[in-house]
Formats: sequence, structure tokens, C-alpha cells
Amino acid sequence: MSNNLLDIMKLCVTAKANDVDALAEERFGRAPYFAIFDEESGAETTVQNAGAAGAGGVGVRAAQTMVDNGVKVLITGQIGGNANAALSAAGIEVYEYRAGGSVKDAVAAYRAGKLSRIL
Amino acid sequence: MRIVVASGKGGTGKSTVAANLAWSRAQEASVTLVDCDVEEPNLHLFFPGDRTAAPVTRPVPDFDEDHCNHCGECARFCRYGAIAVLKDRVLFFPEICHSCGGCTLVCQHAAIAEKPLTVGKIEERHPLPGLRLISGVMNEGEAVGIPVIRAAKEAAAGDGTVILDSSPGTACPVIETVKGSDVCVLVTEATPFGLHDLKLAAEVVSSLGIPACVVVNRGCGDELETKAFCRDQGLPILMTIPFSREIAAVQNRGGLISRDLSDWRSAFAGLYGRIIAFEEGRR
Repeated sequence: MSNNLLDIMKLCVTAKANDVDALAEERFGRAPYFAIFDEESGAETTVQNAGAAGAGGVGVRAAQTMVDNGVKVLITGQIGGNANAALSAAGIEVYEYRAGGSVKDAVAAYRAGKLSRIL
Repeated sequence: MRIVVASGKGGTGKSTVAANLAWSRAQEASVTLVDCDVEEPNLHLFFPGDRTAAPVTRPVPDFDEDHCNHCGECARFCRYGAIAVLKDRVLFFPEICHSCGGCTLVCQHAAIAEKPLTVGKIEERHPLPGLRLISGVMNEGEAVGIPVIRAAKEAAAGDGTVILDSSPGTACPVIETVKGSDVCVLVTEATPFGLHDLKLAAEVVSSLGIPACVVVNRGCGDELETKAFCRDQGLPILMTIPFSREIAAVQNRGGLISRDLSDWRSAFAGLYGRIIAFEEGRR
């Protein structure tokens, strides 16, 4: 097992509520919460998206939250141009989930290799 | 004398009133017309001709990677989401930066300077001997037109008689255009939507402490609610332009009713005189 925090795989799903069992949110920058799964330790946490109600620049701020939390894989419905640029520069993989299910459904679909990579 | 033409609702005839007011005034004395609707400037359509142009810039951060330790303080400070700090580099999104300068202040490592970013241009035309037309033109993709509006107003700062054409709405661009004016002409149309937005615009102009008068455009003679509102608020209606096919035809070919229809030259000269008299009476 690696001791380097940066090597620990972290998965994020955009969520409609403050719960890892919440419904998945299709928007990235305006997602109310981010559900984060640490694939190494099994830890499940949620992070409130402070910029969700901002007038603009929400995509970049959400991408910064991904970077700050060490997320390597993001599962969401869609991402805008600025978020795309920031996530791409940060080397974060983005997978599309738009089936309307829960955050856990999205994670299961990702682990089963059923999601298409959009970035 | 700085006269600003505003409306609230779009498409009521701000540019028509501003252009005709300027044209008729230019027959008597020098006047400067400033197009502050920088997202969609259109006054030059009434006054085609040669132009000169100068760039408008605003300051944006210039990151020095040699001094930056990627602490992320600038990105945390930026409420506009214009900065992302990765492990090994800084990403900057100039279109959403508001040029507040905050990132340069919070940086503890002297890693952020400022550099100019071109966000638009100021065009200048002299279509008539007495008329100077200044148009602010914002670059596509820019989020904020304020620096261009400010530059357009500054270009006319030394001129004696200035007529400013505002963008529609009541938000920051309108406030930036209206503030500092001596008098505001609110152009409205006698529709429920026109009246609704006239109320909003009148409130903004009033809170800026600028006396306002009204021009009713496309009037049909039944604008009772608009007249009642103006009476209640002490907003004199200085002109009513009727809903007329003849006027629409002149407008549609890019003409000026003050120039092309004989009655309207004296009507706009009269409007100018009434605006001046109204402003003097309110001092």
C-alpha cells in the first residue's frame, strides 16, 4: 500500500444532497455536494460545493475543489468549458453518468466499466 | 451638460431618441454622442462613415511561476472562480476575472503582478461637422462591459454637450452609464412590459439622484397607465412619438426622422430645449 496521499485513488460523484446515498447530480459546477470515495481506505465523505450558487466561475471553483481533495476520477452529467480546461490540466478523468440514479448507482456503473469517459 | 438616455426595457427607442436628439442639436452647436451599449452598439448604423479605433484594456493578474509556491491563496480569494491552482501550475481564466486586483493583494510571495488585457475598443466617427460619435465596443466573450463604458465616457469627458445612450436593463452597465449625468431621458413604450421596466429604471435613476423625464415611443394615445405613473412620480413626459408607419419606414432603412421628416427636426430641437429647461428647473 502506498503512503503517498496523491497515489490514493479518489473518486467523486456530484450529488444532489449531503449524503453518499443521495441522488447523483448532473451538473458539475452547480452541484450542491460532492460525494468522495477513497478507493484505498474505503472512506466515504461529502463536501459542500461552496460555489454552487455563485453568479459565475462555478466550474473553475468546483474543479479547484476536486484538486484540493485529491480527486482523480470525477463522475458527473456534464461539464462546461472552463471546468473542462481546469480538470483537463489537473489530469482528472471525467466519466458521464446521466441515468438518474443515486451516487452509489453511479459508482457501481463506473466500477462495472459501464460509463463513458468524456474527459 | 450630460444627458443620458435609458429605458429599462430593451427596444423602446433609446437609440432612436439619442441619435435624433444628437442630429438635431448638431445643426445648432457641437454635440458628442456616446454609445454606451457596448455589448450591442448600434448608433453608428445611423451615422455610417470613417472611424478611428483605440483599444480598451483592463488589468488582469500576471503569475510569476518562479515565485509561486502554489499555496492557492489567490484561488481561494477569487470569488469569481477565475483562478485554479494545481500542484505545479496556476490556471487563469481571463474572461471571468473582474479585475478586482484582490489576488495581487493576498499573494504573500510577490508572485502576481498585473498586465493589461484588451477587452474592447473605442471607435470614433465625425459624421457631421458638429457631431462627434464615440462608440464603446466590447469584445465577444467578455463578461463585463464596465471598463469599455468607462473608457467611452472618458473619451467624451472634456466635451460640453454629451448625449449618452445606455444599454437596456437596470444592472451595472446602466448604472455605470447613468451616474454622473445631469439629466436622464427615460424612453418607454406604452405596453405593460414597457411600464413595468420604466418603473424599475426610474427607481434606479432616482436612487442615483439624477432628475428624470420621459419620452413615450410608439404611442397610440391611450397610454393612461404610463401617464398616471409619470404624474405620480413627478416624471414629465417631454415627447410622445406616435406609432406610425411613416416613422417606422425611416427607421427601418437606418434613417433619422429628425433629418428625413420635416416636422421631426423641430420636434427634436424642441425636446432638447425642454430637457435643458427641465434640468435647470431641478437644480
